Amino acid sequence: MIELTRRYRFSASHRLHTPVLTEAENREVYGKCNHPYGHGHDYILEVRLRGKPDPQTGVLLPVAKLDQLVRQAVLDDYDHKFLNEEVATFRTTPPTTENLAADIYRRLRQQWPFGENPSFSGVRIFETRRNVVELQ
Amino acid sequence: MKVTRRAEFSASHICSSPQLSPDENRAIYGEGANPHGHGHNYVLEVTVEGEPDPVTGMVMDLKHLKQVIQEEVIDPMDHRFLNREVAPFDRVIPTAENLAMEIWRRLAPRLASDKTRLDCVRLFETEDLYVEYRGELA
Repeated sequence: MIELTRRYRFSASHRLHTPVLTEAENREVYGKCNHPYGHGHDYILEVRLRGKPDPQTGVLLPVAKLDQLVRQAVLDDYDHKFLNEEVATFRTTPPTTENLAADIYRRLRQQWPFGENPSFSGVRIFETRRNVVELQ
Repeated sequence: MKVTRRAEFSASHICSSPQLSPDENRAIYGEGANPHGHGHNYVLEVTVEGEPDPVTGMVMDLKHLKQVIQEEVIDPMDHRFLNREVAPFDRVIPTAENLAMEIWRRLAPRLASDKTRLDCVRLFETEDLYVEYRGELA
């Protein structure tokens, strides 16, 4: 088995806030991420897949096919958007990096057209170069 | 405990299969199939697993690891046209996947001892594309 990781970039804004908590509690929990007008990041998304390379072509998957899937399933929806308003999931859940990872993982898992070889094996999201969330 | 050493080499390659048509090759490899080839600054990370020696405090002497990587990978592959100059890529397509597996085959026997084993070969073809190989059994 070999594992391949492809890196993508998207830029998006968000505000961390949950209606479940009071204004004061939101400020306490999310700090500057709760500032009312939101803020943005240049996210890096790593998509990981596993399998055996095709013996004839030597690749797990033509990379263009993976790029097309990730573009349609994730980047078209996320890139240069205000996540809280423009991505359905985040109208009801705060767009933390953890929740982004879960939403992106779910999208790729559900839309994965390549079966088990290669299989989808997870995502890693860098919110900044110092904050990373991984979901396998 | 796992110890990783990083090395770099620059090489050119063409990814295309003689059994496929130009259009099929383009569909699979994209610009990687361009007939005159192209190059990358490959970054190789080699991870060795073992227990630190109680006397030296080291899993493996990193000078030794560096030397093995130099002899098995850097010397034969750096500033080479892989398809022409590095076996088996005269007959095996030098995709990142095949390169990582070949590097594993070269390194694994030289890094195996009663205390250490090669754990992972991670090869970055670019910053945005890398592969990891942990051997046949993984």
